[in-house]
Amino acid sequence: MMKNDVKIKAVGLKIGYGDFVLLKDADFVINKHDIFIIMGGSGCGKSSMLRVLTGLVKPLEGKIFVDDVDFLAADTITRNQIMQTSGILYQSGALFSSMTLAENIALPLQLYRNYSPEEIREIAALKLALVGLKGFEDYYPSEISGGMKKRAGLARALALDPDVVYFDEPSAGLDPVSSKLLDDLILDINHNLGTTIVIVTHELSSIFAVGNNSIFLDGETKSILARGNPKELLKNPPHEKVFQFLTRGGEKNA
Amino acid sequence: MKQILDFNISNSLLNISFEGDYLLFSNDNAKGKVFALIKNNLQGIVLSAQALGKWDSTLLSFIFEIEKRARELSIPVRYNAFPDGLINLINLAFSVDRKPSPVDTGKAGLLESIGSWGVSVYHGIKSGLSFMGKTFNAVFRSMFGRVVMRSLDFAAVLEECGYKALPIVSLISFMVGLILAFVGAVQLKTFGAQIYVASLVTIGMTRIMGAIMTGIIMAGRTGASYAAVIGTMQVNEEIDALKTMGINQFDFLVLPRIIALSIAMPILTMWADFMGMLGGGFVGVVMLDIPLQKYWEMSVAAITLNNFFVGIFHGLIFGIVIAVCGCYYGISCGRNADAVGTSTTKAVVSAIVWMIVMTGFITLACEVLDI
Repeated sequence: MMKNDVKIKAVGLKIGYGDFVLLKDADFVINKHDIFIIMGGSGCGKSSMLRVLTGLVKPLEGKIFVDDVDFLAADTITRNQIMQTSGILYQSGALFSSMTLAENIALPLQLYRNYSPEEIREIAALKLALVGLKGFEDYYPSEISGGMKKRAGLARALALDPDVVYFDEPSAGLDPVSSKLLDDLILDINHNLGTTIVIVTHELSSIFAVGNNSIFLDGETKSILARGNPKELLKNPPHEKVFQFLTRGGEKNA
Repeated sequence: MKQILDFNISNSLLNISFEGDYLLFSNDNAKGKVFALIKNNLQGIVLSAQALGKWDSTLLSFIFEIEKRARELSIPVRYNAFPDGLINLINLAFSVDRKPSPVDTGKAGLLESIGSWGVSVYHGIKSGLSFMGKTFNAVFRSMFGRVVMRSLDFAAVLEECGYKALPIVSLISFMVGLILAFVGAVQLKTFGAQIYVASLVTIGMTRIMGAIMTGIIMAGRTGASYAAVIGTMQVNEEIDALKTMGINQFDFLVLPRIIALSIAMPILTMWADFMGMLGGGFVGVVMLDIPLQKYWEMSVAAITLNNFFVGIFHGLIFGIVIAVCGCYYGISCGRNADAVGTSTTKAVVSAIVWMIVMTGFITLACEVLDI
């Protein structure tokens, strides 16, 4: 792997809160254009890992390099610049309830781009159309369904044309059809825009549908038990726990 | 069917048989006797249910308890003619694969409690000072236009804490003026000095009562709303979204609220003063038969610039206190619905406490400065 193919590199991460350690000695690499899955059972530290990767929480130890820049040691301006090249879709969508969908998407554009109000309005409408919400510009988050909120959240995450988009449990709370639509959208974004995707999930259908690289976190050993393409991990599980997880506890045809 | 619970020990075997319907089974006396028989010397327990009728969770929990005690003493338990569903549920209850972490239920000693309280106070002061520092920083930057604050948000907050608060402030202030006048009139009437009711109400309202009543109303109305709104944003990960967008939460959420309430509170205080005087006037004119003209003259004569501006200054300080308390508890809110309720309560209580403390300081300062 060439060095410039690496988008994010985590070295010796130790994650926890106070004296409580969730994960230790975590090393992994996310390559450009990967759809990288962070998976594992409930309470293993997946969401905490995402909070660390996005700079919301500091790890107890370790470093994160984004495009070879030490993200955690960087000054505020550099960190903000890095964050502007990434978008995040939160589990609930995290749309600002006092703003319309168009205003939600316009907010990062108003802050970081010198576009005219008309241009911002056009871009917001385009991003909403890309996620299948054409015509919903003036709706408030409270007026749309959970699946639509997630898609609108994704439109906001894509507002600044980011290099990386992080997803926190994208399928949580969605019906199978909406979940499939979101998976298709993730694949479209990855294929058409070349965006690196990082997804925290334990939804097997999504993991196999979209993931081409992954790590498996284990809460008991507080370590990464497996890494690689999820389909390959299913064929050759390196650990019984990985097999159990990827086959829903050993179910055939999982 | 009649419920019969039969139990006896023969050949070191505890035989328990269940007959009839076991719905809402709550015979503590019989249960206690059965549990007392489960001892080390037993060879086994045999549970029979040949004539068992309907049953529910009360029977299940009784059998679960028997099985649990038997397992602790390594006594084998045998089930005779029990419904499959009941046995499956018992097996399910014992098949939990993860042991809970030990919970520290020990009562803390006096020294430990004092220590914990001291640490929590230290952290509280530290986070409060940190919040104030960041807020001042945002206020300072706003003077040079270096903040990310949407004018639309500011206008919405100002509308919410401004004219929308007028009806409730008007009503309460009118009533307070009315009460002040009533209480004063009772005493002043004995000296035939009821005309001074006008002075009493005017001085009372303009100097302190108008500001305090407005402050209490706004702490319950607007301070609580700030904590609840920002706390809910915390629960919905909206604050996380702001942070990861590189938007300073103090610029975006705290600053507009502090500025809006700092503008609205002095104006509302003036309005409350006026409404209080109106309430006093109602009592004076209608009930004490003081001529309107005379009451008005006495009221105007009682208004001094000192009293008026001390009241307005109270309003300004109360506005800042309410906004800071509301925003602080909103931002430091946990990530569940219960935490939002707790934050809201704390915001209101601490705003009222701090308003009283600030009133003490201002009164002392006025005394020293002879204002």
